[in-house]
Amino acid sequence: MEHITLLIGIVIVTALVFDFTNGFHDTANAMATTISTGALQPKIAVAMSAVLNLVGAFLSVEVAKTISGGIIDESAGIRPEVIFAGLVGAIVWNLLTWLAGLPSSSSHALFGGLIGATLVSVGTDGVHGGAVVMKVLIPAVAAPVVAGIASMAATRLTYRLARGRDERETAKGYRAGQIASAALVSLAHGTNDAQKTMGVITLALITGGVVAPHADPPLWVIASAGMAIALGTYLGGWRIIRTMGKGITDIQPPQGFAAQTGAAATILASSHLGFALSTTQVCSGSVMGSGLGRKGGVVRWSTAVRMVVAWCLTLPAAGLVSAGAALLADQGDWGVAAVAILALGICGAIWAASRRKPIDHTNVNEAEATEPPGVVTAALQTVTPPPAGTLNPAEGEEPAPAASAPRATTATAAG
Amino acid sequence: MSIDWAALGQVFGVTLVVTVGIVGLFTVGIVGTARTRTEGATATADAGAPSTGARLGGLAAYAVCAAAVAYGIYLIVAA
Repeated sequence: MEHITLLIGIVIVTALVFDFTNGFHDTANAMATTISTGALQPKIAVAMSAVLNLVGAFLSVEVAKTISGGIIDESAGIRPEVIFAGLVGAIVWNLLTWLAGLPSSSSHALFGGLIGATLVSVGTDGVHGGAVVMKVLIPAVAAPVVAGIASMAATRLTYRLARGRDERETAKGYRAGQIASAALVSLAHGTNDAQKTMGVITLALITGGVVAPHADPPLWVIASAGMAIALGTYLGGWRIIRTMGKGITDIQPPQGFAAQTGAAATILASSHLGFALSTTQVCSGSVMGSGLGRKGGVVRWSTAVRMVVAWCLTLPAAGLVSAGAALLADQGDWGVAAVAILALGICGAIWAASRRKPIDHTNVNEAEATEPPGVVTAALQTVTPPPAGTLNPAEGEEPAPAASAPRATTATAAG
Repeated sequence: MSIDWAALGQVFGVTLVVTVGIVGLFTVGIVGTARTRTEGATATADAGAPSTGARLGGLAAYAVCAAAVAYGIYLIVAA
């Protein structure tokens, strides 16, 4: 650990903060539907996900050799300042989307940040445009479609097969199955996303000459990255969990099971057939698919559209923030210091804004939408788009405790 | 720039088959081991209980699902 310069130290800390926001942001992927169907208590769900993320970080022997998977040319003079700027952009975007309660891909935020910083510091030669299309854009479009169709088909099938059975009886089985699927998603997330941070830290250490090129990450890097992602997961991005578990559609146990199994299958199939899909988009897509698969199920398209807009913005927005950060950081030591102080200020402001309408494990299952329940409403919603979402996301999160209970009966009647 | 349609198609196919297969099997497990719907509060403990055959079939379906989960863990660990 000798000769770690202050700058490398800052990069390591920033990478761990990004890892934290990554866990924080992606808890929803594994646990949102598990929490909303009542398969697990909120606190237990995030604790389980955190432990599996930590385990996952230690499991994989395949180390992230490249932090960006070939999107940026890492030999073209990527200095610690560039990595730092890229991470800052990714963190800021992750926190902004968290504030809005929108699930967006943490990997895309990291890619976008690194691309933006590289463009400013190195130039267009440092970025492989073809790789951006192949590794980011195509998977982003494909992921929700693949996962959505699979989950929709599975939801249809399971409702058909389980017709005529006591719903309370089958719900127990569905919940148990869902826990298993959610555990797989958490484990896969730990192996993938903790690896990314390890790759970033290792790359920073290599550029600083602390460890030899092509070396495996030291144990303390693996441990700290695993801890950061687990801590983030445990603290839970309750805002995003609410959006995915309650905001997109009303999820019943069979749907939750179908959605989660579809997500687990998509993630494992894609990462092992060499066409990696983003976990966030897979999970969101499968939740939408399960909403469409149930008769009388309603997908709130206004929420879905907001989410898709956030996906489209993730790469450019994180890139833009990082480009600005890189411009500043390139000015020398004071620039790096300025970026760090600005980033801290922005994170503090976002956190302060979140406290005005806190969402935590106590109110995560309250419905987000305020439309009055009723069979007619449900029927109308299937043929007409639901009322446009409020532009200000804070307003959209107005808790409506009364709405959740009657909705469930409505759905049963309609289904 | 070329889109790897073959890989995408493969992912789609495998995902669809595995998801529908596992969810279907698990549902068979649930249906096999759950009671049939009985009328209201008059149901006694034995009413609508599944037959031995259905229960065995359900348990077998559960076993296949458990194997699939084990294979999933193997894929994650061996990656």
